[in-house]
Amino acid sequence: MITGASSPLLRVDSLQVRFGSGKDAVTAVDNASFNIAPGEVFGLVGESGSGKSATCRSLIRLYGGSIASLPKGSITFNGRDLVRLSDKELTEIRGAEIAMIFQDPMSALNPTMRIGDQIGESLRRHQNLSSRAARERALHLLRSVGVTAPERRLDNYPHHFSGGMRQRVLIALALACRPKLLIADEPTTALDVTVQQQILRLILDLRQQTNLAVLLVTHDLGVVAQTCDRVAVMYAGRIVETGTTRQIFRRPAHPYTRALLNALPSSAGRKDTLAPIEGEPPSLAAPPSGCRFHPRCPLAVDACKQAEHVLRAVEPGHESACIRVGELGC
Amino acid sequence: MLIEPLLEIRDVSKTFPQPRTLLEVLARQPKRTLHALRGVSLMLRPGETLGIVGESGCGKSTLGRCLAGLHTPEGGEILWRRQPLSDIRRADRSRRIQMVFQDPYSSLNPRMTIAQMLDEVLFVHAPSMSSAERRDRTDSLLQMVGLSPGLKNRLPHAFSGGQRQRISIARALALEPEVLVADEPVSALDVSVQAQIINLLESLREKLGISIIFIAHDLNVVRHISHRVAVMYLGQIVETAATETLFGNPQHPYTQALLSAIPVPDPDIRSLQVGVQGELPDPLSPPPGCGFSTRCPFVMDKCEKPIPEFFDSGGEHHVRCIRAHSSTFSVPA
Amino acid sequence: MISPVARERWIKFSRNLNLQLGLFMLGLLVFAIFVFPVLIAHDPLAVDFDSALIPPGADHWFGTDDLGRDVLARVAAAGLVDLQVVTVCVFVPFVIGSTIGLVSGYIGGVVDTLLMRLVDILWAFPFYVLVISIVGALGPSVGNMYLAFSMVVWISFARIVRGEVLLAKRQEYVQAAQVLGFSHIRIMARHVLPNVITPAIVFMMADVVLTILGVTSLGFLGLGIQPPTPEWGVMIAEGRNFILDGWWVSLFPGLAIVYVGITFTLLGDGLDDFLRPKG
Repeated sequence: MITGASSPLLRVDSLQVRFGSGKDAVTAVDNASFNIAPGEVFGLVGESGSGKSATCRSLIRLYGGSIASLPKGSITFNGRDLVRLSDKELTEIRGAEIAMIFQDPMSALNPTMRIGDQIGESLRRHQNLSSRAARERALHLLRSVGVTAPERRLDNYPHHFSGGMRQRVLIALALACRPKLLIADEPTTALDVTVQQQILRLILDLRQQTNLAVLLVTHDLGVVAQTCDRVAVMYAGRIVETGTTRQIFRRPAHPYTRALLNALPSSAGRKDTLAPIEGEPPSLAAPPSGCRFHPRCPLAVDACKQAEHVLRAVEPGHESACIRVGELGC
Repeated sequence: MLIEPLLEIRDVSKTFPQPRTLLEVLARQPKRTLHALRGVSLMLRPGETLGIVGESGCGKSTLGRCLAGLHTPEGGEILWRRQPLSDIRRADRSRRIQMVFQDPYSSLNPRMTIAQMLDEVLFVHAPSMSSAERRDRTDSLLQMVGLSPGLKNRLPHAFSGGQRQRISIARALALEPEVLVADEPVSALDVSVQAQIINLLESLREKLGISIIFIAHDLNVVRHISHRVAVMYLGQIVETAATETLFGNPQHPYTQALLSAIPVPDPDIRSLQVGVQGELPDPLSPPPGCGFSTRCPFVMDKCEKPIPEFFDSGGEHHVRCIRAHSSTFSVPA
Repeated sequence: MISPVARERWIKFSRNLNLQLGLFMLGLLVFAIFVFPVLIAHDPLAVDFDSALIPPGADHWFGTDDLGRDVLARVAAAGLVDLQVVTVCVFVPFVIGSTIGLVSGYIGGVVDTLLMRLVDILWAFPFYVLVISIVGALGPSVGNMYLAFSMVVWISFARIVRGEVLLAKRQEYVQAAQVLGFSHIRIMARHVLPNVITPAIVFMMADVVLTILGVTSLGFLGLGIQPPTPEWGVMIAEGRNFILDGWWVSLFPGLAIVYVGITFTLLGDGLDDFLRPKG
C-alpha cells in the first residue's frame, strides 16, 4: 500500500466506475486505489479520457448528467464508506465535508442569483445560520479568498465577475462550511496564466491556514510540480504510477510518465524536436489487453500484452504498474 | 538580415462595436466599442515562425483573423510584399495566407468526408486539374501530414483530435500558401499529441519553406517553435524580440510577469510567488496610458498618460515601457 | 466495396425504429392511394341512391355515404388530393423559407434585419385567422388555398433555418471555408446548408401533420376543396349530419388523418436521429 500519513482522511480502494449500461457500458475507472492525508495536496494527472475526472466525481457521485452505476470498491472518508451511503446521506457530506470546484467557473454558478445569496444558501442549509449571520460569514469568506470590495460584490450577479474572480467565489462557496477535503477538477484550466498563479497560490494558502486536504485533478504537469505533495498518474482508466511529486518527476518509474514528461516543450531545447508519444490514447470502450499503454510503449514486450494490472513498490512510497520497471533504470 | 519581409503589419487597429440594450439606447448612453487591436505593427520574414503570445482578450486571435481576411482592419494597413493586402482578390489572398484553427472539433465540416474536403479546395482553386490528379494530390497531402490515404473516405467524427488537426493542416496546405496562421492549434490537444502536431508544423515549415504565425497562450510551446516572439496585452504589442532574447531577458514588466507565472514542471523549483495582482482591465475602456499600468508593480505617474512609444533596446528587441527609455533602468544581464 | 460512410448510414438506419416504421407506413399510404383505387372497382364520384349508407361489409369495405358513394374509394381518392395539397403547401414554403433564412442569416446586416422584421409581423398574426381571411377575401378555391398557406408557412422555415445559420456561421469550418477563398454561394450551399437544414426537415414533417389538419379544417368549414371532389375534411363534414346512423362516413376519413399524422410524426423523429451528425 501507499505509505501516506498514519491515518488518511480519504482512502480509496479498488475503485471501479462504469458509465452507461449493457453493450455500451464503459469502464471509466478501473481498480484505482489511493489515499489522501489531512492537509495534503494530492494530484491526479492524466490526459483526456484517462478517468481522472470520473475518479474524483465518483467520490461524491457528481456525474454532470451522465448515468453511472454505483461505484464498486470502497471510498473511506473520515471513517465512513461513501459507497454504502444513500444519496441523501451523501448530500449531507457533499458541500459540508467534501467540497468541489470545477473547470468552468461560469457554469458552476447560478446566473440568476446574487453571489451573496448563493453563498448564504449553502451556509444556511449546512450550518443553520440566520440570514444575517450567513451574510456576515459570506463577507468574511469573500474577503479571505481575495475578492476586493466584498460588501459591494455580495449583491452582484455572476456575470459581473471576471473568470478569476468567479473561481475565487467558487472557492469561497466551497469553503463556506469548512470542508476537510476540496476536490478541484481542473480549477485553472480555463484561466490565464497570471490568474492561474493567483488561484493556485490561494488554494495553497488556504491549505496552510485550515489544514485542508486537496485532490487536484489536472492535465498540466507544471501545475502538479508546483502544488502537489503526492501524485497519481492515470492512463486509460487506471493508475499507472503513484509517488511523491519529487519521485514522479525525478525518477519516473512508468514509461508513460516518462514519455509524458519528455513530451513537454519545456524539456526539449529550442532546436530539438519534441518527443511525442506515438499514436493516440485508447478508447475506453475497447481498451488494449494487459498493460493498456503497451501499444504506444517503446519498451513493450510480449509479456506486457497479458500483464495483470498491479502496482508494485519501487521504493518507499513510490509504486509503478510497469512489469519492466527494473529495466527502466531508475 | 536584409531579407525583404513577406508581411508587414503597420499600425493596424480593429474595434468591435458593442450592442446596446434598448434601455441604454433610450438613456442615450454612448456607443461602446471594444478595442481589440490598438496600433499593432509587426513584420514577418519568409521561412520564419513568429510567435504571438498573450492572455485571453489581448487581441492575438483578432490579429490572426485580420491577416487571414476574416476581419477587415479599420486603421493601418497590412502589406504583402509591399502591396496592400486589401488590394489583393480574395481567392488570390487565400492562396498566400492560410489558417489552422483552434478547435479540431468545429473546424471540419461534419458532413463532408476528408476526401471531399480536400478535393473541394483543389477543385475551386485549380479547375484545370483532372479528378484523377486531384485524387493523387489529396493522397499526397494526407501522407504529408502523416495520415493514411486509406482513411480519406471517412467523416470527421471518425478521427481523434490530433488527427483532425492534421486534416486541417492538410487542407490549409492544399493551396501551397506562403504563410500559415495557426491560431492556438494545439491548445485543445493532450500533451502527448500536442508534441506530434508541433513537430509536424516544424518539419512542414522546413520542408515547404513557409512562414508560420503561431498564436498561443502557452509560452512553453511558443518558446519551442518560434524564431521571434511578440507579446500582446490589451490590443497592443508590448514587447518583441528573438525568442531566446525575450525569454532570457524580458524587459516589459508584463512579459516578466507572464514568464514567471508559467508553472515550471519541476518540483524543486517552486516559484509560485504571485507576480501581478488583479486581472485584465475592461477592454471597453482601456487605460489612457500604458495598458499594463493598472497591474504593473513598477507603475509611476508617468505611465498613466500617453501610451509609451516603443524603445529599441538593440538587436530587434522592442519594448513598449517608459522605464526602458530612462537611463536609470537597469537591464538584467 | 461499400464506403465507410454508406456503411455507417446503414447501421444508423438499421437502429432507427421510428424511421423504419414511418417509412413502412408511408409506403402503405402510397400503396393505398395509388394502387388501391385501380384494384377496387368503385368510382369515388359515382352516385347511387339505391345503395346509400350501407354499413361496412364485403362489398363496400368502408361502407357507403348518403349518396351511395363507396367510402373506401373516396378516402383513397381524397388521400391523393390531400397529399397533393400538402406537397404544395409544405414543400414550396420549405424551399422558399429555408432559402430566405439561409441568405438572411448568412449575409446578416440590414438585409437580415428587414427580412426578420417582416417575419415578425407575419408571425404576429394568428395562423388560421390569416389563412381564413386570405381564402375568404379571394374566394374558396384550391389555388387560393395554396397561396394562403404558402404566404404563412414559409416564415417558420425561415426562422428555424436563420437561427441555425447564425450558430453555424460561428463554427470554424465556415470560417475555414472563407479563408480558403470559396465563393459565398458555395459556402452557403455546401458548408452551411447541409448543417442547418435538419431541423427544417424535421419541422417539415410536423408541418405536414399541421397542414393536413389545416386543409381538412378548411374543407370542413367549406373554405378549401369544394365538393364533390373527395377530401377528408369535406367528407367528415358531410358525415356529421348522420353520425349516429352512418358513423363510418366520418370515421374512416378521420382515421386516415390520424394515420397520416402518426406516419409523419414517426418520420420526423426518425429523420431527426438519422440526419444529425455524429460527434
